[in-house]
Amino acid sequence: PSSSPRHDDLKEMLDSNKDSLKLEAMKRIVAMIARGKNASDLFPAVVKNVACKNIEVKKLVYVYLVRYAEEQQDLALLSISTFQRGLKDPNQLIRASALRVLSSIRVTIIVPIMMLAIKEAASDMSPYVRKTAAHAIPKLYSLDPEQKDCLIEVIEKLLADKTTLVAGSVVMAFEEVCPERIDLIHKNYRKLCNLLIDVEEWGQVVIINMLTRYARTQFLNPNMNEDKEEKEKKKTEATAIVKRKPYVMDPDHRLLLRNTKPLLQSRNAAVVMAVAQLYFHLAPKAEVGVIAKALVRLMRSHSEVQYVVLQNVATMSIKRRGMFEPYLKSFYIRSTDPTQIKVLKLEVLTNLANETNISTILREFQDDHFNDKDFVAATIQAIGRCATNIGEVRDTCLNGLVQLLSNRDELVVAESVVVIKKLLQMQPEQHSDIIKHMAKLTDNIQVPMARASILWLIGEYCEHVPKIAPDVLRKMAKTFTNEEDIVKLQIINLAAKLYLTNSKQTKLLTQYVLNLAKYDQNYDIRDRARFIRQLIVPTDKSGALSKYAKKLFLALKPAPVLESPFKDRDHFQLGSLSHLLNAKAGGYQVLPDWPEAAPDPSVRNVEVKESVPEWTKCSSREKRKEKKADKPFYSDSEGESGPTESADSDTASGSESGSGSEESGSGSESEESNEESESASEEDEEEEGKKKKKNVEKIKARKPVPESESDSQPNTIASVQVFDTICKPAWLYMQFLLNPPLPVSVPQTIIPSGNLKTYELLHRITGEGLSVEYCFSRQPFSPDPHMVAVKIQFTNSATSEAKSLHVEDAKLQSGMRIKEFPEIEVLPAGETISVVMGIDFCDSTQAANFQLCTHTRKFFVSIQPPVGELMMPIFMTENEFKKEQGQLMGMNEITEKLTLEEKCQGEHAVVQRVTTAANLSRVPCGSDKECRFAGKTVTSGSLVLVSVVTKEDGAAQLTVNCEKMVIGTMLVKDIHQALTQ
Amino acid sequence: MIHSLFLVNSSGDIFLEKHWKSVVSRSVCDYFFEAQERASEPENVPPVIPTPHHYLISVLRHRIYFVAVIQSEVPPLFVIEFLHRVVDTFQDYFGVCTEAAIKDNVVVVYELLEEMLDNGFPLATESNILKELIKPPTILRTVVNTITGSTNVGEQLPTGQLSVVPWRRTGVKYTNNEAYFDVVEEIDAIIDKSGSTITAEIQGVIDACVKLTGMPDLTLSFMNPRLLDDVSFHPCVRFKRWEAERILSFIPPDGNFRLLSYHVSCQNLVAIPVYVKHNITFREGSSQGRFELTLGPKQTMGKGLEAVLISSQLPRGVLNTNLNPSQGTYNFDPVTKLLSWDVGKINPQKLPSLKGSMSLQAGASKPDENPTINIQFKIQQSALSGLKVNRLDMYGEKYKPFKGIKYMTKAGKFQTKGLLRGRAWDLKN
Repeated sequence: PSSSPRHDDLKEMLDSNKDSLKLEAMKRIVAMIARGKNASDLFPAVVKNVACKNIEVKKLVYVYLVRYAEEQQDLALLSISTFQRGLKDPNQLIRASALRVLSSIRVTIIVPIMMLAIKEAASDMSPYVRKTAAHAIPKLYSLDPEQKDCLIEVIEKLLADKTTLVAGSVVMAFEEVCPERIDLIHKNYRKLCNLLIDVEEWGQVVIINMLTRYARTQFLNPNMNEDKEEKEKKKTEATAIVKRKPYVMDPDHRLLLRNTKPLLQSRNAAVVMAVAQLYFHLAPKAEVGVIAKALVRLMRSHSEVQYVVLQNVATMSIKRRGMFEPYLKSFYIRSTDPTQIKVLKLEVLTNLANETNISTILREFQDDHFNDKDFVAATIQAIGRCATNIGEVRDTCLNGLVQLLSNRDELVVAESVVVIKKLLQMQPEQHSDIIKHMAKLTDNIQVPMARASILWLIGEYCEHVPKIAPDVLRKMAKTFTNEEDIVKLQIINLAAKLYLTNSKQTKLLTQYVLNLAKYDQNYDIRDRARFIRQLIVPTDKSGALSKYAKKLFLALKPAPVLESPFKDRDHFQLGSLSHLLNAKAGGYQVLPDWPEAAPDPSVRNVEVKESVPEWTKCSSREKRKEKKADKPFYSDSEGESGPTESADSDTASGSESGSGSEESGSGSESEESNEESESASEEDEEEEGKKKKKNVEKIKARKPVPESESDSQPNTIASVQVFDTICKPAWLYMQFLLNPPLPVSVPQTIIPSGNLKTYELLHRITGEGLSVEYCFSRQPFSPDPHMVAVKIQFTNSATSEAKSLHVEDAKLQSGMRIKEFPEIEVLPAGETISVVMGIDFCDSTQAANFQLCTHTRKFFVSIQPPVGELMMPIFMTENEFKKEQGQLMGMNEITEKLTLEEKCQGEHAVVQRVTTAANLSRVPCGSDKECRFAGKTVTSGSLVLVSVVTKEDGAAQLTVNCEKMVIGTMLVKDIHQALTQ
Repeated sequence: MIHSLFLVNSSGDIFLEKHWKSVVSRSVCDYFFEAQERASEPENVPPVIPTPHHYLISVLRHRIYFVAVIQSEVPPLFVIEFLHRVVDTFQDYFGVCTEAAIKDNVVVVYELLEEMLDNGFPLATESNILKELIKPPTILRTVVNTITGSTNVGEQLPTGQLSVVPWRRTGVKYTNNEAYFDVVEEIDAIIDKSGSTITAEIQGVIDACVKLTGMPDLTLSFMNPRLLDDVSFHPCVRFKRWEAERILSFIPPDGNFRLLSYHVSCQNLVAIPVYVKHNITFREGSSQGRFELTLGPKQTMGKGLEAVLISSQLPRGVLNTNLNPSQGTYNFDPVTKLLSWDVGKINPQKLPSLKGSMSLQAGASKPDENPTINIQFKIQQSALSGLKVNRLDMYGEKYKPFKGIKYMTKAGKFQTKGLLRGRAWDLKN
């Protein structure tokens, strides 16, 4: 405030009508705020500009407003109407930013306005605005906790949102406002699991942590049988014969584990840690191991990341030591590590120590990091812990520590003494020579703690060193007045013990020491001296206790347990702040114990049917756009329906094993194709980078395409052209074309090969043992995109081998062409082989006739395609579909009414039957009453559009639009049959 | 989550503060300063410090502490990772992340921080989205802005946040379409005095600079993908595809980004490219010590060692050194006792050496510390693990991009330890 003249000049600039002056003023004000200077007296002048047209001025005003609104509540209210107007803006980004600023203004009086705005935004058609609404919830909650119930309603609504954009933010709001309402998660559990991989990284962390807690309340402990076994071993055998139920993992539990695992590969350390703690807390013992590698990877990150990871590894390594043993070397200590990292690495190494690796670890300890004082202490303590935990090396450790007693550095010596003291307590008889050695040290060592430790040792085991002990007391009595307090206390202690065991030699010394202590400055020491004198020196007044003095002083004391400070720290959720501090932080949610019996799993069941989004105001075009954007990008969309089905069938193990085999199947397939591509591309080396003339088309043709992907291959060119005219939304679909994230993610276009109908080409009898079958593989025929690929399978059931199988003398209709398969040289008896040939049927269902020859015989065969195989799928948007359909009216359109067969009612069945009958792909559609499909004929590329509109009671209308009327007519017949049979 | 952020320089001054919720007084940093005073080295300040009402979580980068103030439970890594992301963003925007750069661009810094967190929860951390919102300052733009009064804030509303590929801006256009990939490997090793490897591991990254028009879809395949033991990806990489086919398939962000970091484990034998022989002797009772150090290439696959730099912390008793390098320059700081020798390039025909004497403190006992020797070096055009990119293909766009791949190896934490191992603790006895 003192610098008001300067502020006047800022005010002037803000009042001017030049944007550049305003901007300059705002920049200076923001710089003041950044430096922590008070700029609150400018509030009225700044807030006037809240509606300024210049976007940067406006933004800086927002910054200012949010910073000072709390202090200037009345004036802040002046700006509210601007934001209220912004909330109604047609542009979603302006709506979002208005809500963001409005909800950041911490002025209690506007709570109702904020509540209303949040409610409205929560049902906004834009997912971005809904995300902003989710962000606003915790803001309002911290401003006015009374609003909790209303806010929970909003959270519930937003939790049901299906977009990845919203998921992370709403779970964040859930965690801040109502983390105890675990019931709100049930219906959204599977969806959250399935969306997870597409959610932005920060949201992933929050969701994973929340789901960990959820899983602990809903599923059974996967390790319960093992844990029980351990317990039972301890119990008597009689009680062990309790019949226990075999453990079966809930498929939802499995879903969570499966969907989080890929995130161990995230670049974000927080995500990796979140998955790691999820596995640690939720996975069966045998599966937890996967996280070790990822955690070890994080250790190569910034030292702060290392610090947190090591804290967690330290806790984990106590419970699951085996997990980190293979990575022992990664915990070796570097002289360049910061001290806190060194100490933590030491902790981990100590936890990992066992009989086999102890020697390596001890060597690691021995290395000279002795310029770092904190670390020295930690190292020596670690050696002590190894010695107590592993009997085999106790003597080695002790010897090593004794050697350290002659170290030049007093600190090393002192720390060693302290640790040796603890070790000796375990077996003092055998080590009187060490005690003697230590007694000698009292002459040199000055560190009080070490001196005290030595004195205690000598006193405690004075019977083992009867000659030396009184001498030590003599020396100590001499220096008593100069000692530190803890040493003085131990001298008194030593004197008392010696008096009790060897009063003849030490009586006078003890009295001398007690007299010195009587006049000490420290009242602790005076008290102690008085107390001990009463206890050990029998007088007439002394009470009953002095009889027991010996028992009191020389009782057998339990050996100290050297324990890791990280033991049992896992009752805190790993990765949390509370775990790191080993103290409950505010807002920490306790990780519950597994339930004894699993709660009802059916609460997570949801209806498969997609509800139509509720925003009805918006135009249809916008609606479509949003829908597309909502589509998960990389995650497998199969998930949504998958687990729901499996949950319906109560047997969990069945569905699990099913999915497992599916995975392994795809794995082996792709490995094959991988090898292929490696060998094929050997010619063009990596140096090729410079050869920019490389022909992209050529590469495409040469590159063998993995089977799963190839369905979309022929469409590449088409979609690239499309791409230029339509932009982003279409591009999304192209994504699917070029790189289906997973074979299953485009279920509309891919018919599992098991469903392909096979036809007989040559019967075993006519073929004299050679039987030939064929099917339309629906793969693109790469040598010629205008041909239909036909997969031919030869089986030799004869006793002798068939040689040189090939095609000859094709008799074809005009225009038809055949691309024969390469000759098969030998087909041994009992073997089967498949080849692919291409046939251009000229968009007709005429048969292709040719001869199939072996080295001895020739067979006349013919292949006749069903009309549905003469086409291939193309991708288009709903808009394009409508546009194209509009152009194929009149004679090109054939409509037929039909009644759907009983089993065929429902969208899924219709889609399946149509795509089985014809090689078409599905076109997205806003209505769930209608299914649309598109394709084009293989030879001429004429469009084929099919739509099936379902009505009540199984009535339906089938429409086919195709330029080629013959094809259209035949297709209607085929699809009609498929839907009604 | 994150309440406030304070930037503290090495002399302990708060030079920037930002609050996302109610203002937290900067006196909360006193707890941090206490810890800072207690720490012997700047990096020894604990990253998490509890105070009566708050928790301070800090990272140290470029000699600036970024101190975040937290009020309730939050995963510490969440905050740490975010703070590092902030530093990366600053570096990306200003080229360097120094106190001066931050002070010069304080308005941009504030605008960035405003966008990166909303109510303490990360909102936009992707560099591509941020650049759409706030344009990075360039000299030209600064000049133009001062003259015309135009702004750094993007005029268009950002669409990136709405996209399913938030890491890529829309409407990217280049006249020259280029994609460069740098495979950079760092070898971390601890070698004992006899030259045998105690641990060695390679960590690599593939940094990309992609300037391609439109929405290209790239695939990158390796000759030997099985080498990669453990990988982490930029979110753009399709994980399923990698799992199934070991091919990197992705729509790249625009500009510079880290595509992949990987690890080649110590289980595989790692070729050590350099050896160091050193002999440091002190005679009892004498105030002189001898120092001898030679180094040479070991397994470098025919590529030369460059930018070699040796550094070592000599024992406390050493007063000064009088050494003679066969090449390069050496430097000994008598205060910190740090010896550093800038060797430069190693010529295999004439191995570099550093020989001479050290003077010791008079009367001091013989230093028994065997110093650790740290080595830095570079090897161009070679990735030590042998990783090779097989090919890079582009789909989704019609033009032909210019593609380039570069390899480099660097020393990470590469040190030779002084002690011969396993003497004092020999367990066989």
